[in-house]
Amino acid sequence: MARAVSTRTRIGYTAAAWFVALLIFFPILYTIITSLKTEQEAISGFSLIPSFTLSSFEAVQTQNDYWKPFTNSVILSVGSTILALIVAIPAAWAMAFSPTKNTKNILMWMLSTKMMPAVAVLVPIYLIFLRTGLMDTRIGLTVMLMLINLPIVVWMLYTYFREIPGEILEAARMDGASLKDEILYVLTPMAVPGIASTMLLNVILAWNEAFWTIQLTTTNAAPLSAFIASFSSPQGLFWAKLSAASVMAIAPILIMGWFSQKQLVRGLTFGAVK
Amino acid sequence: MGRITLENVTKRFGDVEVIPPLNLDIEDGEFVVFVGPSGCGKSTLLRLIAGLEDTSGGQILIDGNDATDTPPARRGLAMVFQSYALYPHMSVRKNIAFPMRMANVDQAEQDRRIAAAAAALNLTDYLDRRPGQLSGGQRQRVAIGRAIVREPAAFLFDEPLSNLDAALRVGMRLEISELHQRLKTTMIYVTHDQVEAMTMADKIVVLRAGHIEQVGSPMDLYRTPRNLFVAGFIGSPKMNLITGPAAADHDATTIGVRPEHIKVSATEGTWKGRIGVSEHLGSDTFFYIEDTGLSETITVRAGGEIDLHHGDTVWLTPDPTKIHRFDAQGDRIA
Repeated sequence: MARAVSTRTRIGYTAAAWFVALLIFFPILYTIITSLKTEQEAISGFSLIPSFTLSSFEAVQTQNDYWKPFTNSVILSVGSTILALIVAIPAAWAMAFSPTKNTKNILMWMLSTKMMPAVAVLVPIYLIFLRTGLMDTRIGLTVMLMLINLPIVVWMLYTYFREIPGEILEAARMDGASLKDEILYVLTPMAVPGIASTMLLNVILAWNEAFWTIQLTTTNAAPLSAFIASFSSPQGLFWAKLSAASVMAIAPILIMGWFSQKQLVRGLTFGAVK
Repeated sequence: MGRITLENVTKRFGDVEVIPPLNLDIEDGEFVVFVGPSGCGKSTLLRLIAGLEDTSGGQILIDGNDATDTPPARRGLAMVFQSYALYPHMSVRKNIAFPMRMANVDQAEQDRRIAAAAAALNLTDYLDRRPGQLSGGQRQRVAIGRAIVREPAAFLFDEPLSNLDAALRVGMRLEISELHQRLKTTMIYVTHDQVEAMTMADKIVVLRAGHIEQVGSPMDLYRTPRNLFVAGFIGSPKMNLITGPAAADHDATTIGVRPEHIKVSATEGTWKGRIGVSEHLGSDTFFYIEDTGLSETITVRAGGEIDLHHGDTVWLTPDPTKIHRFDAQGDRIA
């Protein structure tokens, strides 16, 4: 039975929802507003009305080239995602369709690595990168981002694969499909929605990843997250420029996220809904 | 060819033995039905033959060759699943083509077989649809089509009709029987529905707890059930199983009389009782007779036009040549 909800209650809920949404969105909104201010306005206190100047954006672009970190961001996030999928699809397949009694433990162990603070392994990773010449290389960072997001990718794919009825895969086996055929022609196409949302989420995670990108890059492989950081300390605090850099860094992923909302919500609920 | 022989086939899940050593011969071209209550191991047995489960012991021979360790794809068998198990992302045409694509059958031959299967199964107009756009009966036909085009040594059906509504089930039952008559390929069919077993099978295998209780033609099982389990399982409505003095009169622990072998009379007979529930189906009437002094309510099948109703006193006379006698172990007394 549907609960009867009075109009007044509904208005109340809607208002509350808008309030919470605005509260969450406010830092981003204020960043955008600040990016449209002059440096003077930016430090002169709280104000929601900027002077709509684009000078900060110009300054950011002339001081530092935007396109290089942008290209790096695209390569790192897309590259690490593709790499993660190549590793995670067979792994999740094995765990979903021929589980052993340790499958759950392995999944938990993988997730537990995400519970550890990243800084705990900073020194060994830093040294490995330094010794192997991976420091500030796109390939090194792509692998690093792949590794840190891999547990989540495997988990998500695992939950999606679990929703695929086993009988369909058995039917494929009866129809003469080899393991490769089964994954390629039956499982993967059926899991496309799940794989797509996993991919989107992973691109966003990789795009926004700041800890490792800042630690392990200087200029060559630095993506946009490091680009923002480069505006914070050395030259002192330039709020407007910093905001402009942030806006330029988050805009692409924000636009992508906007257009793929439905897939993302599906992805974030982790296969909990059918 | 499709001759399948099971020799001492066993299956254990952990410590639980679901199929104790089992022997069975299935002749080429036979329509064999595995029937039994849920959990009797009939589906497991089918999956062992298909290769979807590994045996824990024994041998499976297909046309004389040991196929025990052959992967399902190479056994030359086709299976139709209860859930249809169609590929949801492929059109009907691609679903049917899939096994041929896996076997690298050339395109012209694929088209020819698809057209033939579609014509035989009334799917020609639906070839470009997705499974999601079809009704249950149509989906099941697609699943059968996918099995036919493989030209398998044997078809395996795992409760293929149990997801369909009653009317459709009868129609599909006929279609599968016709298919068998046309193709003359071995078919193994698993069901818990004894009506399906009786109507379709050349040979019925009655299973209980992984054991074969009896193997025989439908009429063999109907006429001479080997024990109480088979007696109670085959036939609809169920055989009346009577214990006590009435059975002792026939030198048995239990006697069985089918509802259709009892005569009803308003005036005279062996057992006197009162009609509890009466079900008038038009073609037949089922009476459930109480207060007979026998060990249980007696089900009787009478003609459709009979004019007896709830509460009427009646006399029942079992046909003496059709009384089945069972001993204390539940086995048939010859």
